[in-house]
Amino acid sequence: MTLLSVLGVLSSAIFSGTSLLYTTLGEIIGQRSGIVNLGLEGVMLVSASAGFAVTAITDNPYLGVLVSIIAGGLMNMILGFLVISRRANQLASGLALMFFGFGLSAWIGRSYVGAKIKGLPRFPLPGSSNLPVLYSSLFNFDLLIYLVIPMAILIWWLLFRTRWGLGLRAVGENADTAFASGRNPLLIRYQALFAGGLLTGLGAAHLSIAYTMNWMEYMTAGRGFIAVALVIFSKWNPLRAIVGALLFSGAVAFQLLLQSSGIQVSPFLLDTIPYVLTILVLIVWGGTRRHTAPASLGRVYQGTE
Amino acid sequence: MLTPPLSSKTPPMISMREISKSFPGVVANDHIDFDIFRSEIHVLLGENGAGKSTLMKILYGFYRADSGRILLDGKPAAIQSPNDARALQIGMVFQDFTLIPAFSVAENIALFLPDLDTVVDLEAVSLWIEEMSARYGLRVNPDAMVYELSIGEQQKVEILKLILSNSRLLILDEPTRVLAPHEVDALFQILYSMRQDGYAIILITHKIKEVLECADRITVLRNGCVAGSLLRSNASEDKLVEMMFGRKLSGLKTGKKVIREETALPVLELQNVHTHGEGAETNLEEIDLKVYPGEIVGIAGVSGNGQRELGDVVLGMIECVKGTKHLFGKDVTNSSIQKLRRSLVGFIPENPLTMAAAPFMTVLENMAVTKTWHYALQGGLTMDWKAIKADVENTMERLGFSFSLNIPARSLSGGNLQRMIIVRELTHDPRLIIASYLTRGLDVQSTLAARQALIQARDDGAGVLLISEDLEELFMLSDRLIVLYGGRIVGSFTPDETNYYEVGHLMTGSEVQYASNS
Ligand SMILES: Nc1ncnc2c1ncn2[C@@H]1O[C@H](COP(=O)(O)OP(=O)(O)OP(=O)(O)O)[C@@H](O)[C@H]1O
Ligand SMILES: [Mg+2]
Repeated sequence: MTLLSVLGVLSSAIFSGTSLLYTTLGEIIGQRSGIVNLGLEGVMLVSASAGFAVTAITDNPYLGVLVSIIAGGLMNMILGFLVISRRANQLASGLALMFFGFGLSAWIGRSYVGAKIKGLPRFPLPGSSNLPVLYSSLFNFDLLIYLVIPMAILIWWLLFRTRWGLGLRAVGENADTAFASGRNPLLIRYQALFAGGLLTGLGAAHLSIAYTMNWMEYMTAGRGFIAVALVIFSKWNPLRAIVGALLFSGAVAFQLLLQSSGIQVSPFLLDTIPYVLTILVLIVWGGTRRHTAPASLGRVYQGTE
Repeated sequence: MLTPPLSSKTPPMISMREISKSFPGVVANDHIDFDIFRSEIHVLLGENGAGKSTLMKILYGFYRADSGRILLDGKPAAIQSPNDARALQIGMVFQDFTLIPAFSVAENIALFLPDLDTVVDLEAVSLWIEEMSARYGLRVNPDAMVYELSIGEQQKVEILKLILSNSRLLILDEPTRVLAPHEVDALFQILYSMRQDGYAIILITHKIKEVLECADRITVLRNGCVAGSLLRSNASEDKLVEMMFGRKLSGLKTGKKVIREETALPVLELQNVHTHGEGAETNLEEIDLKVYPGEIVGIAGVSGNGQRELGDVVLGMIECVKGTKHLFGKDVTNSSIQKLRRSLVGFIPENPLTMAAAPFMTVLENMAVTKTWHYALQGGLTMDWKAIKADVENTMERLGFSFSLNIPARSLSGGNLQRMIIVRELTHDPRLIIASYLTRGLDVQSTLAARQALIQARDDGAGVLLISEDLEELFMLSDRLIVLYGGRIVGSFTPDETNYYEVGHLMTGSEVQYASNS
């Protein structure tokens, strides 16, 4: 294995990990307020297709990113209406949202399959310009990549260092207590879902407008579900999510490298490497008595009589 | 003590008028009128399920009344949510706590601060809490996680939360039921000084002695209606009891205190037991303890000194890292809780809502959960609900308790929840009973009944471990008294060998000598 291939793994881990991390951050916010969104896959698809279509039409990737973000927020509001206002079951509503997203995104993107767009511009990583071209081309990143780690830190700060974050986490732990403290649990859950949707939209935008610069039906290929798993993996902590997203997408890139290097192991088994890794990490990290999952995650807030 | 203005000529700060509230199947409040004056401590009394908490939750905006009005200084006030109440500077300590176990003490208090900054400086909040809690004599560790705290410490956090929330009207729903005597004193001192500064205070308690000590005005509720309202100077214990229950109560028959037979096989024997807690939890060290059949062993101590751990280690909820545990002579150090339960161990934990009840299941289902093997039919495919109901009703009748069996446990009043646990744990004549804060939240009548039931169980040959901070209760019921401090046994007596003063000293650690005991 050459240095070039190792750097290649790293570079593609960063590219594919970025959309995963944005999405995971969005889901962390939602789950911290007590709502599981199993429809992430659908939200991402709608955001990705809408952003891609707008980029293709206007030739302006920034406008496309903006539309993706807004689409993510709106999709999450559909879930919000169901599980917050209509008090529907979160798991069923999430799955419904996912299938709705499959259909809607296929319709939005139907005339853009295979379209060429001008993606988000890339800038070389400072300092990488001294490397030989072969190497430095691996480290040309777009704006969203540069922003993802600061974003994780920002979300951590919002959740753990601000009054808003304190109230939001309180709703996820015990909505009655949050209500007794003078807060409106319903409003806070809507805010959390909307903010989470914006981040999911950002993740989807990175996927279609910056990374692959392409639209295909079901192009997310399970990323939404992986994001849900990464939330658990990161123990609902945005900073741990950075590690989780990188590790996971690194494992994916690594197994692709193994497959292309012609190793004599079934590709089906190689495909499982990232998941085996996830399970191993959960075994090692799990099992403390400390509370980690928000206590009323998945529970409908009934309000008081 | 300062005498506050009591003449009804000063207009009330808040008047509740014709307040009614029903829940499915019960009228909790039925056209209640209630006035609160400035510079007064107003005690709200009434038997379990009378509607006290409901009325206060309406005043705090947590529940909305079906009908009725609330007036602030004579003008209508719309209180639709706690947010509205807090804007009017009304604050409340709930009977069933509003603490978040996964948050630290500082975060829990910060959540309820009215003027919290947009960006929270938790370290500054912690320092401030430390300072204030020391000043008020209600010491808590702001950095501890709430799930690590004992029930008494949690109660102190709840009280601090209210005091620091800058309210003019303070509602305290049974704040004293799990506090040690010196903490109750500290709380009353705070209340007296607030009263002097013009605050209005509503206090709910079942301890008549406390009522007569601190009340300026007393209102008694019965079955959701006002049974009467009177000034302290017109009140006496007998009068209040009669207003609450409509009749006089007989005293407790304690029976003869037994001298335990050293020859008998102890029901429970702990030898050199150690436990290991996380974070701010207390570790038990070198616990040697025997409980013989037919005796009540009282455990005295300020909450947080290892009582919860003692109860938990006996039942097997936490592990003995060192030492052994024998039940009827059999080694059960590493046995499962299920096995202990099957050997007829009854357990009344310190926090019934979080440690003994499934809040969303019905009362009847809750009654069955600890004995599912007993009621299983067809190998567990169905349950014998008729038998459960019969057994439960039998015990309820013996104790004179009544509450509904078909509602979710979370909608029981605080005292009825405690009654539910007592009934469940005393059904099937347990041979060993571990009871923490047995009479927590019970009204005078139910307290009598619960104590009587414990004495009956002892007379029938059961061994009882009674954990409490109420020295009066411990001296009245115990055949032997043990004091816990800092996770160790620091004293062991029979009640007539000692006195409140000595035990109180040992409890607060002001005279620590490690006494060896049998
Ligand atoms: N959320 C609820 N849902 C249904 N019933 C309720 C609910 N809250 C209270 N109740 C019922 O209303 C009645 C009054 O309850 P409340 O809690 O006000 O009594 P309380 O006077 O505070 O009694 P305690 O001394 O036991 O605390 C009880 O019969 C109780 O079962
Ligand atoms: Mg009550």
